Amino acid sequence: MLRIQGLTATVDGKEILKGIDLEVPTGEVHAIMGPNGSGKSTLSYVLAGRDGYEVTGGTATFNGVDLLGKQPEERAAMGVFLAFQYPVELPGVGNANFLRTALNAVRRGRGESELDAMQFLKLARARMKELSMPEDMLKRGVNVGFSGGEKKRNEVLQMALLAPKLAILDETDSGLDIDALKVAADGVNALRGPEFSALVITHYQRLLNYIVPDRVHVLMAGRIQRSGGKELALELEASGYGAPQAA
Amino acid sequence: MSQVVHTGAEGFLHRYEGLKDRLPGARLPWLAALRARAAESFRAQGFPTRRVEAWHYTDLRPVTQASFDEALTAVEDDLVLPAAHTANRVVFVDGRLRSDLSSWPTMATVASQIGRIEGRVALPDEPMAALNTMLFEDGMLLNIPAGTDAGVLEILSIASESVRPTAFHLRHIVRLHEGARLTVLEVNQGPDGTRYLHNPVWQVEVGEGATFTHARLQQEGALAFQLGSIYATVAAGGTYDNFTLNAGGRLVRNEIHATLTGTGAACHMNGAQLLGGGQHADTTTFLDHAAPGCASRQTYKTVLTGKSRGVFQGKILVRQAAQQTDGYQMNQALLLSPDAEMDSKPQLEIYADDVKCSHGATVGELDADQLFYLRARGIDEATARSMLVRAFLQEAVEGIADEALRGALEAAVEGWWERQA
Ligand SMILES: Nc1ncnc2c1ncn2[C@@H]1O[C@H](COP(=O)(O)OP(=O)(O)OP(=O)(O)O)[C@@H](O)[C@H]1O
Ligand SMILES: [Mg+2]
Repeated sequence: MLRIQGLTATVDGKEILKGIDLEVPTGEVHAIMGPNGSGKSTLSYVLAGRDGYEVTGGTATFNGVDLLGKQPEERAAMGVFLAFQYPVELPGVGNANFLRTALNAVRRGRGESELDAMQFLKLARARMKELSMPEDMLKRGVNVGFSGGEKKRNEVLQMALLAPKLAILDETDSGLDIDALKVAADGVNALRGPEFSALVITHYQRLLNYIVPDRVHVLMAGRIQRSGGKELALELEASGYGAPQAA
Repeated sequence: MSQVVHTGAEGFLHRYEGLKDRLPGARLPWLAALRARAAESFRAQGFPTRRVEAWHYTDLRPVTQASFDEALTAVEDDLVLPAAHTANRVVFVDGRLRSDLSSWPTMATVASQIGRIEGRVALPDEPMAALNTMLFEDGMLLNIPAGTDAGVLEILSIASESVRPTAFHLRHIVRLHEGARLTVLEVNQGPDGTRYLHNPVWQVEVGEGATFTHARLQQEGALAFQLGSIYATVAAGGTYDNFTLNAGGRLVRNEIHATLTGTGAACHMNGAQLLGGGQHADTTTFLDHAAPGCASRQTYKTVLTGKSRGVFQGKILVRQAAQQTDGYQMNQALLLSPDAEMDSKPQLEIYADDVKCSHGATVGELDADQLFYLRARGIDEATARSMLVRAFLQEAVEGIADEALRGALEAAVEGWWERQA
């Protein structure tokens, strides 16, 4: 279970997260919605361990283990995966080499054997087929020259390969066409099970038709302002967020 | 008995005076006269100081303050050669051919006999070339007949251990006749504990439609000085491809002069400089577009750690006759330490009106977003950094088609990176 308590964080000295309280029990998928600039990506970066996001208070644990003191790669080895809102391009790093290095690093962390090039290719090809991704994407530089939607698909592919225990999807649906949206949702749903949880950040109720959340939270002005069942997403779509409530 | 220690240009001139009757070819009037002219030129110019514009970023005082001896001619029994990269390899030890350790392709004419180079030795203006002409003892003569594919040849220069600093000046002369092809892998190595000066000069003449691929692995010893120059001309439809990996040496200057003399000639100069500690490496290129419709591409990448210093100077000259020139130059540096420094000076001089010429230079650090992306995928920081450094170098290495060559270069990059970690 992911447990966040009283989490505050600053970026460049500016307080963005102002006391987040959130629990995602193991096996559940929660959605986070909220206006632009409310701190959704900041929360996801803080959980993944990005430099420059300074935690000033509160805690975040995953299955009882403190997340915030760990290096990003240690969190990944614990099963935390962040699908980036803006995936980074890595010119000169081949996608296949990147995916295999990442997969083997995570496998080592889990005490599993590493995959050789052939075993990896077989697995990657199978996953890519499920995601209807052309195979030549393996040969290209990571995200280099990928369209917005292709980058998002590449995030979904990484998630499918790394099989995380906690997936944080930061607007993975933005920029995806309808077919790709279904593929991305299938990617999450395929991992769903008693050991898997996810935090799905989105602006659109549509994604939640495919990834049906157990809970929906509204993040505004650095705090969780409302929480509810999946029908909350529909209500927000109809009436908007309104003004943030005073704490 | 008192002994005068000669340093700087005076030291080399003194050596020339003492050796000139014994240097290879001393009895050939044309060569003796050429060496005398070279000595005159070197005496007049001396070692360049930083006041000379082309040497503004590279201070030769560590070289001029040392005094160098001639390497002993003793045949070393304990010489350990690195593994060969290709079937044919020619080995020079301290600037002298070791035919007992060498083999070369039957299709090419290979010789270092001084008598065969008559009329082929040029005397460029630069002082380091004059120094070489004055004192060279040996080198390759590669004369590839028209239409012949001479395959791949490795040329290894290795310095032997010595208590006193030594100097040697290899002179290589390469001529490809019409439609000929040749690939050379030049490997320069030496012991880390010996101070020596290697001052190689290449004269390269690429004939019409011929292709010369020249890859260089500069892995001189940690205390070594290497001050090398290449002078290449490329005739119509010919191609000169140069790739240089600058990884060794204490003070290194890699100077390339290429002149495109015939329509449709091409020149690619790529290189990587991998520097650490207190190393200084300077790549200086001069690309002379003298004929129409020629293309030149330069991509140089420098990675710096420690207190190292890198220099790139690149001049592209497009003469009035050189219409439809396509010139490109990119020079990028990655600073991995706050104490490292990179100087770069691109220069375009264009006299033709219908040309496409571009250049760019960047100096930066590893990208924090890229590093985080890799680490968020479980890749530890050291591995992530190494992936990004290799990716940075990729563009300079990817043009090398020959697998043996690419393998040798990648292994050299690998070795360098491991030594930094
Ligand atoms: N480096 C920074 N310096 C100052 N403010 C920053 C910095 N990075 C982010 N912010 C601010 O933090 C706030 C939260 O940004 P964040 O990216 O978390 O929002 P978000 O909820 O993900 O928005 P969106 O829905 O547009 O993706 C914004 O007001 C943003 O401008
Ligand atoms: Mg965001």
